[in-house]
Amino acid sequence: MTTAELTKKDTFLATFSALQFNEDSYFKGLRNDAKNELNELDFPTSKTEYWKYTRLGKIVNNTYTLGQPEKIDVSNFLIPNLDAQVLVIVNGHVVADFTSVDGVTVTSLSAAKKQNIGGLKKYFNTLSQNKKEIFLAFNNAFHTDGIYIEVAKNKIVEKPFHIINITTGNNTISQSRNLVVANVGSQVKIIESFVNVGGEKNFNNHVSEFVVAENAVLEYNKIQDKKETNFSIATEQIYQEANSNFTINTATFNGALVRNNLTIEVDASNCETNLNGLYLGKNKDHIDNHTVVDHKKPHCNSNEVYKGILDDESTGVFNGKVFVRQDAQITNAFQQNNNILLTDNAAAYSKPELEIYADDVKCSHGSTTGQIDEEAIFYLQSRGISKKGALKLMINAFAKDALEKVSIEALHTYVDNKIEQELS
Amino acid sequence: MIKIKNLHANIDGKEILKGINLEVKAGEVHAIMGPNGSGKSTLSSVLAGREEFEVTEGSVEFDGKDLLDLAPEDRAREGLFLAFQYPVEIPGVSNINFLKTAINETRAYKGIEPISAKEFLAMVKDKSALVELDAKLANRSVNEGFSGGEKKRNEIFQMAMLNPKLSILDETDSGLDIDALRIVANGVNKLKSPNNATIVITHYQRLLDYIVPDFVHVLYNGKIVKSGGKELALELEEKGYDWIKNELKVESEK
Ligand SMILES: Nc1ncnc2c1ncn2[C@@H]1O[C@H](COP(=O)(O)OP(=O)(O)O)[C@@H](O)[C@H]1O
Ligand SMILES: [Mg+2]
Repeated sequence: MTTAELTKKDTFLATFSALQFNEDSYFKGLRNDAKNELNELDFPTSKTEYWKYTRLGKIVNNTYTLGQPEKIDVSNFLIPNLDAQVLVIVNGHVVADFTSVDGVTVTSLSAAKKQNIGGLKKYFNTLSQNKKEIFLAFNNAFHTDGIYIEVAKNKIVEKPFHIINITTGNNTISQSRNLVVANVGSQVKIIESFVNVGGEKNFNNHVSEFVVAENAVLEYNKIQDKKETNFSIATEQIYQEANSNFTINTATFNGALVRNNLTIEVDASNCETNLNGLYLGKNKDHIDNHTVVDHKKPHCNSNEVYKGILDDESTGVFNGKVFVRQDAQITNAFQQNNNILLTDNAAAYSKPELEIYADDVKCSHGSTTGQIDEEAIFYLQSRGISKKGALKLMINAFAKDALEKVSIEALHTYVDNKIEQELS
Repeated sequence: MIKIKNLHANIDGKEILKGINLEVKAGEVHAIMGPNGSGKSTLSSVLAGREEFEVTEGSVEFDGKDLLDLAPEDRAREGLFLAFQYPVEIPGVSNINFLKTAINETRAYKGIEPISAKEFLAMVKDKSALVELDAKLANRSVNEGFSGGEKKRNEIFQMAMLNPKLSILDETDSGLDIDALRIVANGVNKLKSPNNATIVITHYQRLLDYIVPDFVHVLYNGKIVKSGGKELALELEEKGYDWIKNELKVESEK
C-alpha cells in the first residue's frame, strides 16, 4: 500500500462524500458496511492478478465531479422497430417516473427503497458479498440510483425493457445501480445501452444484480457504445435457482476503457446459462471482459462464447473462469474466446480457466488469436468482391455465433448494422 | 481476348515466370501442360492478381484493358475467372451468400441493378444441376468440409454463376475420379460459347479427351517451350515430360 494510492482513494471518497441519501436505516447500514470495507481495499496495481492486463491509471488518476440528473433526448439511442418500454438513467439518476405494467414492478431503485417494495430487501446487495472488489464496494457505498424491475410469479413479459444508461459532461463520475428479480416461472427480456452524450473522461461505475428464480427465464442484452474518451466499469452479479435460464449478451462497440466483471452463481440443478460477447476495438480502445460461472449443483449447462475484433492499437482482454464444484456432477460447461487482430499494433490477452472439482462432467475451453486469412480474402476478391467487402464477410462470419443468442429480432438487426458501421 | 507478352514474375526475389507469350481468342480452348513446379499455378495467380507475385517485365491485355493494372476484384468483374488448384475453405461464409455478393458487386461495377432473389435462386438451381452439386453444398460454408471432388465441382459451379469471359481452370481434374471428371468437363463444355474462352491447366492428357483443346502449350521452367494442336497432348502422354526436357537439352547443346 503506497501513499499515492491512498490519496487517490481518498480523493474518490471526498468526491462521493457530498452525496446525501434519504434512506431508512437498513439501506444506510448496507452503505456503512461497504464504507468499512473500503477502508480495507485499494485500487488495483499492476501486481493485482485480477487486473493484470488492465491498467487503471486513466481512471484513478483523473479528478471528477459528481454527475448530475439531466433531461436528455434519447431518440438517438432508441432501437429501430423495437417495441420496448424505455427506462432512462442519466449520470446515475432516474429522472422520470415509470408506469408499472400488470405483473411487473418497474420503478427507480430509490423509490423502491422508500416504498420497501416486494423482493427488494430480500435480494438487494446480497449477491456475492464475499467478493472484495473496490469498485463493487464503491458502488455499494455510494450508488445513486437505477432501475428496479420485479416480475411477478409466472408472469411472461412480452415487451422487452430498454434501459438507456447515459453519462454526460467532462470528468464526471456516476454510479448507477440496478436490481432485476424474475420470480418463479416468470420470463423477461432486458436491453441496456450504455452511451454518452458528449463529454470526455467521464466514468461510470455500474452494478447490476439479477435474481433468476426457479423456472424463470431472463435475457439481458448489454450494448456498450460510449464514443469519445470515456470509462466504464460494470459489475453484474447473477444468482440462478433451479431450472432457470439466464442469458447475457454483451456487445461492446466503443470505449476508451471498458471493464466488465460478470459473475454467475448457478446454485441449483437443471439450469442453463449463456454468456456471450462481441467486442470491436478501435483506436486505443481497451476492452476487458472478466467472467465467472460458478456451478455449484448438478445437471447444469453453461455456454460461453466471446469474440473480439481488434483494430488499430486497441486491446482486448478476456478472462473466463468456470468453477465446477464437487456437488456439480453432470455439468456441461463450454467456453471459448476468439480474437482477430486487424493490425500489428492490436493486442489480445486471453485466459480461459477451468477449475473442476467434480468427476462426471463435460467441460471444454479454447482460445485463439489470429489474423484474417489472406488466402480467403484473395479467393473472395477473385470472385469480384472488393477487399473491404471480403473483410466484412469474413468478420461477420467470425462474429456470428457470438451474438446468436440475442432473441429480440430488432436488436439483432440493430447490432448487425452497428457491426457493419463500425467496420467501415 | 487475352494477350500475354513476355511476362516475367518473381516471388521472394526468385524468378518463376521467365517470359510467357500467349494469345487466346474468343471461342478458343487452350491447354497448358507441364511438369510440377514449372509455373502453371504461378501464371494463373499472376493473372488473377495475387499480390505476393511481383511482375517484373511484360504486359497482359485483357479485352483491351491493361489487366495488370486492375485490382483482383476488378479483373473478376471484367470477366476473368480462376478455378483454384486448391480452393480455399472459408468457415462461416455461406457459399450462396458470397456468390450473391459477388454477382451484385459485379453488377454494380457495370451499372446494373442487383439481381432479384427469384432470378438468383433460379440460377442457383440451374447451375448447381449443371455440375451435379448437391443443393446442400451450395448452402454450406464455402468449401468447408467438402471432399476434393466437391471443391472442384464448386469451382465450376461458381464459374457457371459468374459467367466469365475467360476461365482458367488450374488442375481442376487432379484428384477427380472418372465420373467427377466427366461431370466437370461436361459443365465446362456446356458453358462454352463463341464469346468466351478457356485455359485448361492440367498435367494429364485424360481431361483433354473430354474438353478438347484447340491449342496445347507446354510450360516448362517458367516458359512456354512448345505449342501445337491437340495431338501434342497425346504425344506428351506417350513420351512423358522427359521428352521435352531432353529435347530442350539437345537444343541448348547445339
Ligand atoms: N508462394 C511461393 N513462395 C515461394 N515459391 C513459390 C511459391 N509458389 C510457387 N513457388 C515456386 O514456384 C515454382 C512454380 O510453382 P507453381 O506455379 O505452383 O508450379 P505448377 O503449378 O506448375 O506446379 C515452384 O518452384 C514453386 O516452388
Ligand atoms: Mg499448380
